[in-house]
Amino acid sequence: MYCLQKTVTPPQKKYVKPSLGRTLGQNKALILMCLPAILFFFVFSYLPMPGAYIAFTNFQYNKGIFASPFVGLKNFEFLFISGQLGLLLRNTILYNIAFIVLGNVVQLAFAILLNEVGSKIYKKTAQSIMFLPYFISDVLVSLLVYNLINYDYGFISNLVRSLGGTMPKVYQDANAWPFIIVLVNLWKSTGYGTVVYFAAITGMDSSMMEAAQIDGANAWQRIRFITLPTLKPTVVILFLFAIGGILKGNFGLFYNLVGNNSMLFKTTDIIETYVYRSMMNSFNFSQSSAVGLFQSVVGFFIVLGANAFVKHLDPDYALF
Amino acid sequence: MTTPKPAMHTTHIKKDSSQIVINTITYILVTIFCVLCITPFWMIIASSFSTEDAIRRTGFTLWPSAFSTYSYELLFRSPDQMIGAYVVTIALAAIGTLIGLFIISMTGYALQRKDFPYRNGIMFYIYFTSLFSAGLVPFYLLMVQTLNLRDSYFAILLPLLMSPWLIVLMKNFVKDIPHEITESGKIDGAGDFRIFYALILPNLKPALATIGLFLALSYWNEWYYSSLFLTSKVEYRPLQYHLYNVINKVASLKNSVAGSNVVITDLPGETLKMATAVVATGPIILLYPFVQKYFVAGLTVGAVKG
Repeated sequence: MYCLQKTVTPPQKKYVKPSLGRTLGQNKALILMCLPAILFFFVFSYLPMPGAYIAFTNFQYNKGIFASPFVGLKNFEFLFISGQLGLLLRNTILYNIAFIVLGNVVQLAFAILLNEVGSKIYKKTAQSIMFLPYFISDVLVSLLVYNLINYDYGFISNLVRSLGGTMPKVYQDANAWPFIIVLVNLWKSTGYGTVVYFAAITGMDSSMMEAAQIDGANAWQRIRFITLPTLKPTVVILFLFAIGGILKGNFGLFYNLVGNNSMLFKTTDIIETYVYRSMMNSFNFSQSSAVGLFQSVVGFFIVLGANAFVKHLDPDYALF
Repeated sequence: MTTPKPAMHTTHIKKDSSQIVINTITYILVTIFCVLCITPFWMIIASSFSTEDAIRRTGFTLWPSAFSTYSYELLFRSPDQMIGAYVVTIALAAIGTLIGLFIISMTGYALQRKDFPYRNGIMFYIYFTSLFSAGLVPFYLLMVQTLNLRDSYFAILLPLLMSPWLIVLMKNFVKDIPHEITESGKIDGAGDFRIFYALILPNLKPALATIGLFLALSYWNEWYYSSLFLTSKVEYRPLQYHLYNVINKVASLKNSVAGSNVVITDLPGETLKMATAVVATGPIILLYPFVQKYFVAGLTVGAVKG
């Protein structure tokens, strides 16, 4: 009897994919839970997408996007020929390279150094203080910078003068701004990046460290041969994703520091600031959207490329 | 399982000289950087307590050469704009954070359920928006022409409610809650909403704190959507946009103390900007030491598992 029961199982029912209606019904609650978010992204992200058509029109505000006359690639042509797009691309990309390279080196160095310090209180306090600049708005950042380098009253300006130097009028000097912006960005993002790398270091397997210690490796050797190689994948992946975003600029930082000061545009105008200004100040919707669309499309393929590269290195880290 | 202490700090191994060198370098570099992180804030405070005259003479200094509270007196003599800005900002932050948290946590939970067949599809649908967007202009026209949100506080409240990144972060937090909790709820016959509300939410407190703070901070620091959608017709602007106007537009600077009967040429422009910055940013800086650990926690979860 026992035997029978075991062997004579009813013929296995062939697996039939449940109908769509049935799966929907079974997951009603979970779908409902996602519905607000689905609606949100539909309205604010997907609904504007057909509107990208505006980049191919001579937009007239009262007619709306789809009734405005179609002009083909004219807007793009103008941006290419005038050299405007080239300048924006150059600025955006060069700033991002500086941010990525310098930022990561400093963040990594700080994270490794902090990890070597014994005092827990110091580690915690330092992280908290370094994180503070990330916490404040770009509006306030612009005021902090103004406070330091404003020609008439700035703290640094006065310091330079009292030491007998001459302070350039930085708010009229385009060549000074790449340095200023890179430094300000470093000031603002170092704490954030250090915390991220520090988390990666403390998540490391410490048995290798102990072994190296017992074998008599000194602190430099431990960093060189254990910490850095262990961090390498994290660094490479963060780097690749940063490259993926190389056409995206930090609008808040640039716009608050530079604003509408056209004397500085040559070295400070990035895609985001141009798009914003030509829409809000000159009401040139068509050209503004052409630059924006160019950025979105090219940027999209760069992300795809970066992701493919990450996937090749380590599929676990790929975005999709 | 507890993670063993980093070996280099155990006492039985003698510190070699390289360790001492590294520690010295660290203390010097990191301490200098920390000082650089704080000094600009201090300078704003110091300048706000200076007389306008002293700034004209000596510039911004680390310590006011002539102490004065005049700029604050001016601000508080006609506090309308500042109080309005505070009310608007706090209201937006409170409402936005609550609604955002509710939606993000629900979505994060549903997308983490392994038995939910549409989770990958929906996740991709959400994630795709961070890879490709139509750009600023179509978004702007949608908000202004289609949704008619110009001069409406909804134009600020809505876009900041959630982001793909926050949903992914929430998903990572939910991952830590054992699936057995959901299973046990199912066995007891609870529906998905009830499981989420009664069993999952109480376990999500650290996640709610972290993501709630990210949301609240983005509302508190908001000036971008305000600058896009709020024209001068709107009387009360969010704090940071108010500050933006005081810094960048002379007219707004004058308006900010309108009714205080000060001759415009006597207006202490520089110190007034600094005082406005202190009043607009002060609370968040004071709150910072108490909440920063949640931010660090969020970054750690996002970075290590994201």
